[in-house]
Amino acid sequence: MKFTIDGQEIEAKPGQTIMEAADAAGIYIPRLCAHSDLKPIGSCRVCTVIVDGRPQAACVKPVAEGMVVENETPELLEHRRNIIDMMFVEGNHFCMFCERSGNCELQAMAYRFGITAPQYPFQFPPKEVDASHPDVMLDHNRCIMCARCVRASQELDGKNVFQSIGRGFDRKIGVNGEKVLADTDMSVDDRSADVCPVGCIIKKRTAFKTPIGQRLYDHQPIGSDIEEGGHE
Amino acid sequence: MDMVREVQQELGYVPPEYYELIAKEAGTHRVEVESVISFYAFLSDRKQGKVVLRLCDDIIDRFKGADDVAAAFENELGISMGETTEDGHFTLEWTACIGMSDQAPAALANDTVLTNLTPEKVPGIIAALRKKFDPQDLVSECGDGGNADPLVQAMVQNNILERGEVLLCDCTPEAGLKKTLEKTPQEVIAEIKESGLQGRGGAGFLVGLKWDFTRGAAGENKFILCNADEGEPGTFKDRVLLTERPDLMIEGMTIAAYSTGAETGIIYLRAEYAYLRAFLEEVLNRRRKAGLLGNSISGKEGFNFDIRIQMGAGAYVCGEESSLISSCEGTRGDPADRPPFPAIAGYKVSPTAVNNVESYCCAARIMDKGAVWFENIGTERSCGTKLLSVCGDCERPGVYEVPFGITVAELLKKVGAEDAAAVQIAGPSGQMIDRGQYHRKICFSDLPTGGSIMVFSAQRDLLEVVDAFMEFFIDESCGYCVPCRVGNVLLRQRLERIREGKGVPEDLDYLERLGKSTCRMSRCGLGQTSPNPILSTLKNFRPIYNALVREDRSGLQKSFDVLKAVEDASELTGRRSVIFHAR
Amino acid sequence: MSKPKIATTSLAGCFGCHMSLLDIDERILQLIELIDFDKSPIDDIKKIEGRCAVGLIEGGCCNEENVHVLQEFREHCDVLVSLGDCATMGGIPAMRNNIPLAECFDEAYLTGITVYNPSGQVPNDPDIPLILDKVYPAHEVVKIDYFLPGCPPSADAIWAAVTALLSGKPIELPYELLKYD
Repeated sequence: MKFTIDGQEIEAKPGQTIMEAADAAGIYIPRLCAHSDLKPIGSCRVCTVIVDGRPQAACVKPVAEGMVVENETPELLEHRRNIIDMMFVEGNHFCMFCERSGNCELQAMAYRFGITAPQYPFQFPPKEVDASHPDVMLDHNRCIMCARCVRASQELDGKNVFQSIGRGFDRKIGVNGEKVLADTDMSVDDRSADVCPVGCIIKKRTAFKTPIGQRLYDHQPIGSDIEEGGHE
Repeated sequence: MDMVREVQQELGYVPPEYYELIAKEAGTHRVEVESVISFYAFLSDRKQGKVVLRLCDDIIDRFKGADDVAAAFENELGISMGETTEDGHFTLEWTACIGMSDQAPAALANDTVLTNLTPEKVPGIIAALRKKFDPQDLVSECGDGGNADPLVQAMVQNNILERGEVLLCDCTPEAGLKKTLEKTPQEVIAEIKESGLQGRGGAGFLVGLKWDFTRGAAGENKFILCNADEGEPGTFKDRVLLTERPDLMIEGMTIAAYSTGAETGIIYLRAEYAYLRAFLEEVLNRRRKAGLLGNSISGKEGFNFDIRIQMGAGAYVCGEESSLISSCEGTRGDPADRPPFPAIAGYKVSPTAVNNVESYCCAARIMDKGAVWFENIGTERSCGTKLLSVCGDCERPGVYEVPFGITVAELLKKVGAEDAAAVQIAGPSGQMIDRGQYHRKICFSDLPTGGSIMVFSAQRDLLEVVDAFMEFFIDESCGYCVPCRVGNVLLRQRLERIREGKGVPEDLDYLERLGKSTCRMSRCGLGQTSPNPILSTLKNFRPIYNALVREDRSGLQKSFDVLKAVEDASELTGRRSVIFHAR
Repeated sequence: MSKPKIATTSLAGCFGCHMSLLDIDERILQLIELIDFDKSPIDDIKKIEGRCAVGLIEGGCCNEENVHVLQEFREHCDVLVSLGDCATMGGIPAMRNNIPLAECFDEAYLTGITVYNPSGQVPNDPDIPLILDKVYPAHEVVKIDYFLPGCPPSADAIWAAVTALLSGKPIELPYELLKYD
């Protein structure tokens, strides 16, 4: 079936989401909660596109014949930037000492959008660091509630180590144990330890292995691989 | 979820030690149990008092003196809001609108509703409760109609002030169902479609179309859900229908079941209306005995349908249909992505029709009186009557059944508030309009509403109203998506800055842009409408904002107050600022 | 015609951004051709002497003196640039922002495991500026025109920014020069 993104005609297979079809066509739609190995949930809203006049998350919205999708409009770019800014101020993102810096998808997204400083006031909320587990660290300061770890644990590891708890601004990722990560059956080999887009879930004793200049997003904006068509 | 509620009921809280046990029993994981408990306002992991007093903190209640009542309770019990007395007898909390705005200030004492509170009544209430810790003892006089039913025994008043020809008039019981069963399901759907009946919850989706989709969807089991979660502040019209027209509502659900092929119905009753539960259960029982529920309803071979009640647990977002479904399934009420729509894959991934209490009542009446009759009431594109619950600064707050198309001015005349300075249509998620717009009509194409109409006089600080509404959305956001979780917090902060007189004209632009992003990018209806209090007042009451902000060319940030910033240090060091205090 | 002036300061920062400024190496000779330094740790001028085209702010505000200096910069500079992460978002000093001040004092001077303080007192000399309740990014105290994030921003980024400003152009950093670390 065919549909268009920003006027460009795209070929898609039935059942594909807008994001999958766009990726295959070499069009990058920015995203943070979406991950190619996990079921999409549409929580970060960064991938919002306008489908026949209505905002929809591209990661969950299936394509339909003749659909008209807007992606890189000035309006959407501004809304997306605003959401990225929100994520920076709702947590405590100290990039200067974060092990994920240079490989962090949130940071990379801000680079891609040319953000020099968020336009909203920093909230500096009190958050916990859970270093109880021998091999994996959980730093809630950096969590963006994308729930990738929740899904990876359920879908890929056959476990249920993580789940969202609380609601509203106090929502956070909880662990399936009495108190801390060490009380769960989390293993450093779990896929849930790999999928965190930010520096919230960190494998201990692996920090700063890649020298500056060789990290994922040091030279190329996030999404470049898709735009170069090297992704399927 | 039901298990968690039972533990909560039994112990007054759900101790974390029980999570593992509950999880095992429910075949799930400990963290899932924690996830559910932490989602609902009426569930707690901390020990609560024998009597939990929940004061409604809605702006209407506040304007009617809820803060003074709260202070009186705090004083009487020696604790602050959010605390439990040391003897474990009382817990004091704020809660969102409990659907009693016409008899505010109101509160819940466990499941018992307390209305028209005053600070003077508080000592008596506490003294009475200390005797047996049974809040029902406080009900000395019951309200009218069904409120006096032995199974309700509530001091709640219906306050029905105008009866229309669809819902609150006298009607022949089961006439709609009788005529339904003479038709084929397709004919029933055609009739509902022809009537033009739109969902009464606020969104206004065509009910007949929804039923048609549900009927056509593939699936062994289909479900009929009734949304009795009316959580939009200022809405209390379903409370009256549940009290006075439960049979009509269930008749409507039964008709929906017949037309869609569903065999199971669920009434999702908000926790605040738990006082109606026993009464509704009895209505269901009575109907089962009368052959109006169960197998072969009214003798119709093969038409089997029964209904259960699912209690909510204090979450506004559960009024959103996909959240409501999640909640019925016993999990958190996070909304779901659409498509698939519930009509295709809803409750237990099966075709599900979700409609409001009032919609089902209308459907039953349409089947009795015919589509043409219904179509001729109201306006061309908004058929029938609408139940409005009016509260705030008016002489006659209560429930009015009026035909669609009534102007705001006409309504204000009825309720005795012709001098109103502002009217909030459809609750916080709707819009606030000014005097210049009172000629507008209440209908789907102009001013749609699920029923909430709040009236504010010229004495009210409208930005206080806006602030209260934003606080409501912040409290009720599920936090699933970023724009709603964060955007509302940021919006309210900037609004407060403006209200404190520290705003600049650019701040209004900031509110507009941030509000727009939150609307456009949020996942469900809550987030998509949550900035409306700010956006609609920026549009309709701009002079209020303009008067508060002032141009500033000093290059300094007016919002930064250095003396405030050194306050803590001054206290710790016993010194004043040498640099700034002298100025 | 006299050269435009640049003033710089380090508030709640570590002087790392100033080090990075010096890292422009031989280009500093070019810079001196283009501008004069007013108040700056580089020339040790303590008070702004005249109107400045550009003010570079390292660090956020952690005490009243920082606020005072920053306000002085705002008053005397045409363009203010937040130089580095601390000015932009508070940086490492802002890690105390969700901890009450009294606890910070306790940890820093009394109970912290590396504390050696036989007097058992929290320093409280009248000359010590009062500390603020939290560390404020520069733009929450005064209006800031440009942000140059990084810890520190690279010499190339600083060079690109300063030369753009001196030629009256807005700062536009190429992808590789916009970094938060």
